[in-house]
Amino acid sequence: MEQVIANGLYLGAQYALIALGLTLIFALMNVLNFAHGQMYVLGGFITYTVYGQLGLPFVVALLASGITLAVIGALMEKFLFRTVIRRSHREESTMLLAAATAFFFDAVILLLFGEKQRGVPKIVKGVFNDAGIIMPYDRMVVGALAIVFIAAFVLYMQYSRVGRAMRALAQDRVAAQLMGVRVDRYSMIGFALGAMLAGVVGGLLVTITGVNSGIGGPISIKAFLMVMIGGAGVVGGAIAGGFILGMMESVGLTALREYGDVTYLVIFAALMVFLSIRPNGLMGKPWG
Amino acid sequence: MTRNRNMEIASVVAFLAIVFVAVPAAISASGRFDLYYTLTSVALLSIASAGVWLTFYIGRINIGQGAYALMGGYVSAILVMNYGWSFWWTLPVAGLFCAAASVLIGLPILRLRGVYFAMVTLVLTEVARLLALALPITNGAKGIVSIPLPGALSVFGLTIIPDFATLQNSRLAFYLLAVTLMVVCFGVMYRLVHSRIGKLCQSLQQNEELASSIGVNIAYLRIIAYAVSSFFGGVAGAIFAAISQSIYPSSFTVTDSVNFMLNCFLGGLGYVFGPMLGTLVLYFGWDLLFQTGEFQLLIYSGLMIVLMLVLPNGLLSLAETRKKA
Repeated sequence: MEQVIANGLYLGAQYALIALGLTLIFALMNVLNFAHGQMYVLGGFITYTVYGQLGLPFVVALLASGITLAVIGALMEKFLFRTVIRRSHREESTMLLAAATAFFFDAVILLLFGEKQRGVPKIVKGVFNDAGIIMPYDRMVVGALAIVFIAAFVLYMQYSRVGRAMRALAQDRVAAQLMGVRVDRYSMIGFALGAMLAGVVGGLLVTITGVNSGIGGPISIKAFLMVMIGGAGVVGGAIAGGFILGMMESVGLTALREYGDVTYLVIFAALMVFLSIRPNGLMGKPWG
Repeated sequence: MTRNRNMEIASVVAFLAIVFVAVPAAISASGRFDLYYTLTSVALLSIASAGVWLTFYIGRINIGQGAYALMGGYVSAILVMNYGWSFWWTLPVAGLFCAAASVLIGLPILRLRGVYFAMVTLVLTEVARLLALALPITNGAKGIVSIPLPGALSVFGLTIIPDFATLQNSRLAFYLLAVTLMVVCFGVMYRLVHSRIGKLCQSLQQNEELASSIGVNIAYLRIIAYAVSSFFGGVAGAIFAAISQSIYPSSFTVTDSVNFMLNCFLGGLGYVFGPMLGTLVLYFGWDLLFQTGEFQLLIYSGLMIVLMLVLPNGLLSLAETRKKA
């Protein structure tokens, strides 16, 4: 039982970090970023190259992942999404663009890094084994780092000038503009920040699960799930959704073991029932 | 007005002549019989995409069409294999089964809007795949294989459709079947959109509360549109299972669901025939790029991004801008 909870918390911490980036982009731009999972994979491969291949320290690799993805995110916002949002009759058109960029990243990743499963050496060796819980130290380090990043992100959004501007933007774009917030600039920063989070998680997790070019889509779907559970466009919701999904997965894998591979089927079914009762998730805005 | 009407009739006749006469003639003249398969796929995929378009028309982003295509394929395959039904009877049954299922599923989820509906339908595609893996009747990951080709269909002793297995060119038969259904499907869509219900659906797209406040039964309309949409998906899936003579849980996945949606976007959300054009362009574009080998996906997605930047309202919006200018 303790083991299940520990696993759930570990999964939840990394999931929450993935969901945060997605929900941030959604809150600011009303864009559902299909390419989020691919950004995660890209971040993983950058860390793999810098830390695993070049042998530089892990921190440098993580920074490289974050910065590269932030730059990519900023460029995507400036040259792709902004243009399409301006020209299109319907807001949903950004979904086509997002799906196309997801395909594009898939292709780039496949060309640059191949289709093999890649892993890196462990960052910390050894296994924690006490009080009925068995957990490798590197998982604990990654889980703790994820929680630190989440805390840093929340504090940044809450207290910094940029964070305040972005929250204003998410609340009411027009009002924020009238109050003198430079909407374009902060949309770009927000998109970059969201992409950076995806890259950082990818970099963190490559040390544990490794990475391959095909997992982008499934990661995106998981991220969508978490955002839906918590409510789209709400920071607290994304964190709650991440931990809830992590817990459900951990409990499900243990409790439903004898029925075969049905954990996600049960989670999906539960989610659909939940959403028909609470269409906005736990704390979402109505009609996000 | 009459001139417009004549123009419309002329273009419909021209279109029918092209798909039923010109295309088979051109294919048999050039000997590229593989094109039949490609064009059949385009026709079937455009039927499924038409369903997605209809849900767009009531203002919902539907990424769940793959679920219904899979469901339709399995219903048809199971009825043919386990119960010995004729394929021709399973076809409407598959469609109706999907429509009934979509009413049950739609009742709760059609209350959702925007990204919530989009994401739930995306999840629905995954649910369908996982169910197909987990249920005993679908035979798990091995799928259902060696489904017989459609048999003869006769009414009062008169053979309307010959047995596909005895035909020399079953590809042509499948092509004609798919194209006929496509024409019927888009005919129905055109009628629907230009009817009273179509106008009411448009009011849903713009503002549901307002529509409801002046007495439009929005819940009923949403269900109808979603059921018709799923019917199309089920029929397309059933024929796909018959053509490939097999169905697997991975026959229709999230990628297919996303592609159905992209077809609609590319053709243009404001035009009934958008999904048809979008499917044709996307499918042929993908096929043509096959020669570029490993760069196929890169070029394909790159072109899609560029197209989106230049024509964010779909290919058919090109005609409109010219009219204005």
